[in-house]
This record gives sequence, structure tokens and C-alpha cells, in this order.
Amino acid sequence: MSDQIFHHAIRVITSSCKGCTHCMKRCPTQAIRINHGKAEINGNLCIDCGQCMAVCPNDAIKVEQDPFNQLDDYLVRVAIIPAVFFAQFPDTITLGEILGALYAIGFTHIYLAETGVDILNVLNAEEKAPELPLISNFCPAVQRLIQIRFPLLVDNLSRLRPPAQVTAIFARSELSSASADLGIFYFTPCAAKIAQFNTEGSEENRLFDGIINIDTAYNLVSTYLAKHDQVQEGSLTFALCTKQALLWSLVKGQIPSHEGRTLAVDEMHNVIEFLEILEEEEQTNLQFLELDACAEGCVGGILTVRNRFLASERLKYYSQQLPEVLDEVLIKRIQDQRKAFQNNLRLPPFEPTMAMGLDTDRSRALYKLQKVADILKVLPGIDCGLCGSPTCKSLAEDIARGQASLKQCVVLKLRNAQSSSSLSRIWGDPAREEDV
Amino acid sequence: MHQEYTVPAQDFSVAGVASSNFKRLLKQLNLPPKVIKRIIVAVFEAEVNVIAHSYGGRIVCELGEDTITVEVIDTGPGIPNLDLAMKEGWSTATEEILELGYGAGMGLPNIKKNCDRLSIRTKAGEHTHITMGFDLKEEP
Repeated sequence: MSDQIFHHAIRVITSSCKGCTHCMKRCPTQAIRINHGKAEINGNLCIDCGQCMAVCPNDAIKVEQDPFNQLDDYLVRVAIIPAVFFAQFPDTITLGEILGALYAIGFTHIYLAETGVDILNVLNAEEKAPELPLISNFCPAVQRLIQIRFPLLVDNLSRLRPPAQVTAIFARSELSSASADLGIFYFTPCAAKIAQFNTEGSEENRLFDGIINIDTAYNLVSTYLAKHDQVQEGSLTFALCTKQALLWSLVKGQIPSHEGRTLAVDEMHNVIEFLEILEEEEQTNLQFLELDACAEGCVGGILTVRNRFLASERLKYYSQQLPEVLDEVLIKRIQDQRKAFQNNLRLPPFEPTMAMGLDTDRSRALYKLQKVADILKVLPGIDCGLCGSPTCKSLAEDIARGQASLKQCVVLKLRNAQSSSSLSRIWGDPAREEDV
Repeated sequence: MHQEYTVPAQDFSVAGVASSNFKRLLKQLNLPPKVIKRIIVAVFEAEVNVIAHSYGGRIVCELGEDTITVEVIDTGPGIPNLDLAMKEGWSTATEEILELGYGAGMGLPNIKKNCDRLSIRTKAGEHTHITMGFDLKEEP
């Protein structure tokens, strides 16, 4: 099992949190509890998908943000930007203007993250996993979801480097002769990517020097454009990508890159429903699965500012001007850096985290499992969430783990305060034990 | 720990519900994923067998520290020729069942492949009682 400590990018702002239970009920890994009227996130279970933030009515959940002046630490400042970023702007603002503004606010080189798709194609990189169907590792929230909730499927995850990593390796290889003082920054549409980047020892942590949230970059560019009437248009450091590459991050975007029978599933609850089936029934007739945590793909990312359908439409419209294959000059440029990718296209194997277990010791886990079954018989089974756990079952598990008391059940208390108190004595009450 | 699931006859829409619930239980026991997978494949096959071929039955699970025993007990009509049923590809499935994507004749062979111990008591006209044993040691 991996000893890696996962970093999390999502924070609860306790002063704004009213303990309303919206986030707790939405969380796909049941990582949230309400304690003393405030939401708390269990770091062992959180996958940084941002569903809690999307549903919070009090703006009490925030994504961490590195300061933009981190750029100042480097002489050569490279931005690796996913196409989703450019789709945030209305049609009235051209790609050239956006790029011009980005150079003006401090970047020296700009690559499209999706160029990595073309690089992988030119290098003939083959995507395969020990088990079929192959599951894309592109969405970091899905990757973590599988490690935590679907440990039986970790061997299905693709171990080919995702495009942004490939672009980062390419850019560093191409530019390293220019200056040793090189900083590579990624623009992220979601919190799950930030969590990956800031996890000590991760591949992203190694390949990138900083991460910039798309909403922050959007504001910086918009502010610059609003203040300047004449913007000098800029261009990408690696001129273009193919049509297929540009659409990569949209739902079904990865499908054209795979042969055989394929399937794309988007939105967290659909993904979970599908993974449950996949874990139980062998779907060997399927070759490839693209699973996106956000509806419509990355345009639905938690840090995006524009309506996902409009953003998706802009990318599709823009892609019509792009070629099907790269021109010879660009292919040559990729082949010139071939060396940088030697034995460097695969990720280390994914490890299951087994965070769903009741106890690391099997006999204690077995004891707690029985306890959960017994406690469940007493609970009302209406999943109201008022106890601070998302379901009656999760409250039973919390009690079995020694992290909650049956007294927290409001329904039991309303029915009979006396019996609720004596039942909690039988099943354990952490508050009481602390008193002694 | 003891856990039981009832399985109805001929209702293919609920095929996998019992094994799915059992899977959730196993995940909480902190078993190695490969072991969970073996157990679930075997239990799922047995569950489909009950739905497809029997008059209904139940799945009785006994969870221990070192072993898990799963008994699948149906209410008939029994397997007339067990040796044939254990053969890969041999099937008695009707046209209707084949159309649903089941009945490839891999049920019992798959169960045998995935469990550590298997005993089947059956006779034509009587009920079928399958006992599967799984060792919980991590595979090398």
C-alpha cells in the first residue's frame, strides 16, 4: 500500500459554514461530517472533486490558491495551458489577444497542454493496462475515486502519462538550453489537479513548478484587456495542435484515440454507478473507458467561470480551423526531443488506499462490521443527516469506529430520550469517555 | 459474522444486487482487492444461476477471520447431470436467457476457478446446495 500522504486543495471556511449538510449529502466518498455545527473533511477519503463546493449555499468551501507572484522566482516562465482556459472567454476576445495578455502579465513561453496528445501520437505511445477495459487516468478525481472506493479496478487504470505531463517534459527539454532558471506552470480547471500537484513525491509535483487556478488567470487576463485598448497579439510557442487534441478534455474527447468498443461517462454520480457495475461484472467486450468527474468534461471544472456548454461549443467551433494531422515542421520538432521521453512515458503503478475499511486489523474490522449491523437495526433508516453523518449506515460506522455516539440520532431522541441515552451507553459514546 | 440475501427466480433485473451488497461488506473488512474480486465473481455467478435456473433461493455468508464461507441454497429443481454442468460452455439456458446475455455455460466452471473449496449437493428434482470456501490470505 502506498505511504504517500495526499495533499488536499479543498478547505472549509468555518466562519461561513452553517453546518447545513448539503455538502455532506453530496460528497461521493462520504468524506464529510458535521461536527459542532461545522463541516469537516476527512482527508483519507476526500478526492478533491469539488462537488461540495458546487453545492454549498453559503460559499463556505474554497479551493486553495498559490500566489501569482511565484512567477518572479524564474527567469524563463512557461505556461502549460489546457484549451478549456481559452474557452472561458467570449468570441469577441481572440486567442491572439488572450495570449498577448498572458505574455504581458509575465509568461515567456506558452504551450497548449493538449499538445501532449499530438506528442504521444508522434511517439506512437501505446496505452495499455494489465486489465481490460482500460480506464483513462486523465481525470485526477476519478483516479483517486478508484483508488479509494473501487480498489478492485486500480489495475484497469492507464499508466501512460497524461498529455499535460508530456507537454511539460517536452517544454523543459526544448527550453533547457535557453536557461537553467526555468519555471513551468500549469493552469488548472479543477481542485483535484491542485491536490495532485501539491502532493509531495507525485509526478506532477516533480514535473511542474507551480499551479495557477483558471479563475485567477481569467481575472488577470480580463483585467489586463480591460485596461489596454491596444493589445499586441501573441502566439503559442508550439504553434498548433490537431483537431483531435484540442477536444481531448471534452466529454468523448479521448474516444477517437482508441480503437474497438469504447464508452465515455461524465458526471460524478454516473461515474460511480458505472464503476460499481464494472467492479462486479466483467465487461471484457469494452476496450476503453473515458470517465470524467465533471459534466461535459473539463469545461465543467469547479474553477471554470463560463457556462460549460458555451465553453464546449467555443472549443468545437475553434477546432474546425485546426488540421487533422500536424505539419512536418512540428513533427520534426517533437522528434528532436524524442530522447527526453525514453523510458519516461509510463507512470508508476496505482495503489489502492483501502480507506473504506473499518479497521486495518481484520479481527477488529470483523467485530466492528457486526457492530454496524447491530446498530443499524436500532437506527430509523431515514438518512436525515441531522446527526452529522450522511446516512444512518455511515453513523453506525462512525459509532463502530468510536467516532460518534448514538445520542447524535435526533429521531431516536425525539421518540424516546431515555432509551437513546441508554442505547448510546451500550454502543459507546466518545464524549462520555473523554469526561471520565 | 453472518449475512443472508434472498434471491428471486427469473428476475434478471436484480441479478448482481446481492453480490454487490456483499462486496460493500467485504471492502469494509480491509481484504486485499484480489481476494474480494475472486469472491465477488464466484458469488455473482452463483446468484445468476439461482435466478436463471432455480425456483429462487438464498445466499448465506459466514465471515471469519481467516476464511469466508458462502452457501447458495435454492429450492429446486436440482441439476440432473453435475459433471456436464461443470464443463465449460455446457449450458441448459433457454433462448430467452441467452438473449439476456447469460447462459454461456461458464457459471459453475467460473465458480470453481475462483474459490478455494467447492462442494455441490444436488439431485434432479431436489434443491441444489453449493458451499464455497475462500481463504483470506494475500496471494503472492
